[in-house]
Amino acid sequence: MKIDYEAIGLKVGLEVHQELDTRHKLFCHCPPKLFRGEPEYTFVRRLRPSQSELGEVDPAALFEFLKGKTIVYEANRETSCLVEMDEEPPGPLNDEALDICLTFALMVGAQPVDEVHVMRKIVVDGSNTTGFQRTCVVALGGEIEVEGKRIHLEQICLEEDAARKIAEEGGVVRYRIDRLGIPLIEVTTAPEIGSPSEARKVAHAIGRILRATGRVRRGLGTIRQDLNISIRGGALIEIKGVQELDLVEKVVEYEAMRQLRLLEIAEELRSRGLKPEDLEDLEPVDVSDLFRETRCRILRRELKRKGRIYALRLPRFGGLLGRELCPGRRLGTEMADRAKFWGGVEGILHTDELPGYDITAEEVEALRRRVDAEPGDAVVIVAGEAERCRRALKAVLERAIEALEGVPSETRAANPDGTTHYTRPRPGPARMYPETDVVSIPITEERLRRLRENLPEMPEEKLRRFMEEYKLNEKLARQIIDSEYTALFEEIARGLKVSPTLIAVTLTETLKSLSREGVRVDLIGDDALREIFKLIEERAMMKEAIPDVLTWLAEHPDSTAREALRELGLELLPREELEAIIKAKIEENIKLLKERGQRPFGPLMGRVMSEVRGRANPAEVQEILRTLISERLKKLKS
Amino acid sequence: MPNLQGYRGPLRELLERSGVDIGDLIRVEKGGRIYEGYLMPRLETADEWHLVLKLRSGYNIGVAYEPSMRVTRLGAAVKPEFRPPPLPEQRSGLPKVSIISTGGTIASRVDYVTGGVHAAISSRDLLSIVPELADIALVEADILYSLFSENIEAHHWSGMARKVADKIEAGAMGVVITHGTDTMGYSAAALSFALRNLPVPVVFVGSQRSSDRPSSDAATNLIGAVTAAAYAPFAEVVVAMHETTSDTSIALHRGTKVRKCHTSSRYAFRSVNARPLARVVKGRVEMIAEDYRPRGEGELELQDRFDERVALIKFHPGFNPALIEWLVDEGYRGIILEGTGLGHVSSKCYGPLRRAVKEGLIVGMTSQCLWGRVNMNVYTTGRELQQIGVEPLGDMLPETALVKLMWALGVSSSREEALELMRRNIAGEYSDRTLYEEVRP
Repeated sequence: MKIDYEAIGLKVGLEVHQELDTRHKLFCHCPPKLFRGEPEYTFVRRLRPSQSELGEVDPAALFEFLKGKTIVYEANRETSCLVEMDEEPPGPLNDEALDICLTFALMVGAQPVDEVHVMRKIVVDGSNTTGFQRTCVVALGGEIEVEGKRIHLEQICLEEDAARKIAEEGGVVRYRIDRLGIPLIEVTTAPEIGSPSEARKVAHAIGRILRATGRVRRGLGTIRQDLNISIRGGALIEIKGVQELDLVEKVVEYEAMRQLRLLEIAEELRSRGLKPEDLEDLEPVDVSDLFRETRCRILRRELKRKGRIYALRLPRFGGLLGRELCPGRRLGTEMADRAKFWGGVEGILHTDELPGYDITAEEVEALRRRVDAEPGDAVVIVAGEAERCRRALKAVLERAIEALEGVPSETRAANPDGTTHYTRPRPGPARMYPETDVVSIPITEERLRRLRENLPEMPEEKLRRFMEEYKLNEKLARQIIDSEYTALFEEIARGLKVSPTLIAVTLTETLKSLSREGVRVDLIGDDALREIFKLIEERAMMKEAIPDVLTWLAEHPDSTAREALRELGLELLPREELEAIIKAKIEENIKLLKERGQRPFGPLMGRVMSEVRGRANPAEVQEILRTLISERLKKLKS
Repeated sequence: MPNLQGYRGPLRELLERSGVDIGDLIRVEKGGRIYEGYLMPRLETADEWHLVLKLRSGYNIGVAYEPSMRVTRLGAAVKPEFRPPPLPEQRSGLPKVSIISTGGTIASRVDYVTGGVHAAISSRDLLSIVPELADIALVEADILYSLFSENIEAHHWSGMARKVADKIEAGAMGVVITHGTDTMGYSAAALSFALRNLPVPVVFVGSQRSSDRPSSDAATNLIGAVTAAAYAPFAEVVVAMHETTSDTSIALHRGTKVRKCHTSSRYAFRSVNARPLARVVKGRVEMIAEDYRPRGEGELELQDRFDERVALIKFHPGFNPALIEWLVDEGYRGIILEGTGLGHVSSKCYGPLRRAVKEGLIVGMTSQCLWGRVNMNVYTTGRELQQIGVEPLGDMLPETALVKLMWALGVSSSREEALELMRRNIAGEYSDRTLYEEVRP
């Protein structure tokens, strides 16, 4: 289906989050890096929403939810200290990170604030050990240009990154605190973006300027975007954590589609004559006895665990729960999200998909009778502990009431395919209060002057310069500027006598195609990349070996390129060894030489190369071969 | 008069002229730039040249003062609306526990308008913030003091002891005292001596992370403390705080053996030269110590006088012995020395110490090592100090020794009587044996 985005009044705002490449974290002296392998220690915490937070969302439900939730944090001594554990107050705000943010602000014409105030933004999902994220506005306003259109920026913030979620099972969430406290810049645009492709282009443009500072981290998860999306008559939906830039377009497209379909469903419900009061007094009904003998594995398992099965009739919803909103997501899926969140059940089953899941037509009939469902009504069932079932169905009912109104305002998270799922109700701005442990920082004129005098060039200037200075063609120059390796490219191209085109191709096309093959190129560090080109400069490595070496390095991220060469048997042969091999080849083929004089060069070259391919430079082989043949010929003559 | 908390100088004058006050929605115009937001209070310790504005996004920023700046009031301050969640029902049949507040913010809520943190200390407030308490005990709460713990003095200990006595008299099955953490160890020791013949547990509790933040240890500590007050089998004064960095276990440290050993962590409180008496895990009190004073024995006897004329002195290289002379001249009645190693001070101190003892002061020796006990028979210095009349105080903590000497002098009629009390194990301040596992920081 082609959507006319202008006609539906699509408005998109972007929040781009990018980790900064600083020497240490935002409020302590830990290095901004992640660790692999087992944690050295773990600890267990619970978070309790503070009083005012309770007033905002359904207090009972939020409280119940949080009460049952245990958070396990994983840590090691290299990447975190007591500050990340919330056992020591934060140190002063990292000046280096503030400078990077101010630099970006000046590049996009934003107005730095006169004094920076660090705030605590309440986040109770456990991703911050404190229960809040430290964040501050560094500048207001500014704009960027994308294909001739100006997109205004609202604000530029500096904040601490959250802990990484490792797993969630039952009531236990595991987070790793290595990432917690890494400085993040957050760039928020005004909701002026009008189409999915424009959203992608704006995200790319912001990313390019961020990288132009030369001070941002790269690799999986170091840049993430949140999207605020609405259509006319719909609602403002906040979508968190889109990690792939290329996914932005899909997410906007699917969200616009989802809101459109939800508006259609609301219309349909109204035309079926459904009134809000029809949904008011509906109560979940215990229907466990109907499924005593069921063959449905999901239900049997819950009954065996002494769980119950509850049902809820949704009048006039027949056929609508199964209606697709965007690929793979139905109104039923939306209800299931809510049921999981508020009730902690595994999911829901509904009559639009039944009979099915080994539930028979007879069971469905009995179910409908039990809850007095008329034709045209839908019935939702959940299984689990009784209290959870009731909470889950209460959430389903709330979602049904919202369906009658259209699009509920909520916070969602992106799935890898570009669709989204419910995470929580949209919080208000009231969740912020001052971080009194960090003193406010005045931004002085001197500081701004110093930064202004050292502003990095903007991406377009850089493009022209790269084409001129490094003789890159435009396509390649664009690619390197769009990549995460812009700064590294320039450093290597300046420092080594290696073809800049080779460096650029390696850092863009080669890495990209390896990535497509499933190689974790994001694990290859800058040092290893530098070393590869150093080896090429020293003629210790063939450029043909680059893909193999990179692949090996991605699998052995703590090793060096030289080790890769050795392990792969791609080390270049020392000259003496090469000469010995060539000499031997000549002797093997001495007959040929005797017969044809200088002429057997071609076939001999082929025979030598087949033995030393990848371990010797063909030009060098050629040179040695030529010399040795003529020497040998001289000997033969004398 | 507007309140304009924290604003001074020309900026304050400008705000006054503009007729705005804290919380008002205002517009600030300056050099072609316009800011809109709510006027926030300024920290008294911050400079006087910035106005703090809460933007509609919720963020605060500082706007620098300029003489040409214009401020207009767009709207009046909105009083923060606070709708406490419904109170849990207090169940009858649960043990009665009294909570006495002396300060600190074990229970508080944030005012998101100004960012201020308000203490919540009535029983209502406590129950609405920590509703779990209603399932544990029948709680009632009182405010005795609102003090930072560094401002607590000996007469406050007497006040606390008397309040506890009142509550026990009125039928409390246990008493919880909320307290700022810095000097909570001293107060716990003081009440350990002042409340003789205690029939119920008295549990001090504090928090190392203020209760406005979701990660606060306040609620878990308080739940642990109320559980201990209601159900612990012992009748002693203890401190209830996190045992580790995790929220899973609350240690109950004997009041005479506990010390704050970390500036900021949740597990800052440690039992020194002892194991904790017990811990609260999963809502239950698990005993660790085998010998304790059981609940319900005898009639409470209040011995709540403290003599503040006692000093705690840490000996160090370069220590000036004239400090001891000064204490004697000032009319002090006792000195606790925090000596080196097994209990030593420089021979330069001998003269002043001799004079102190001669003039009737009690001089006790503890060790700045904290872990282990003093032994003044091993080296000549120790033997000489004993000869002078310095009293070795075993494995007693220096702070506990200080409090105990204040108490001993306060409740005795003679030096000899006080000295006898110092030597006697009154409230578990001495342990007979130092076990291997206990010798670790």
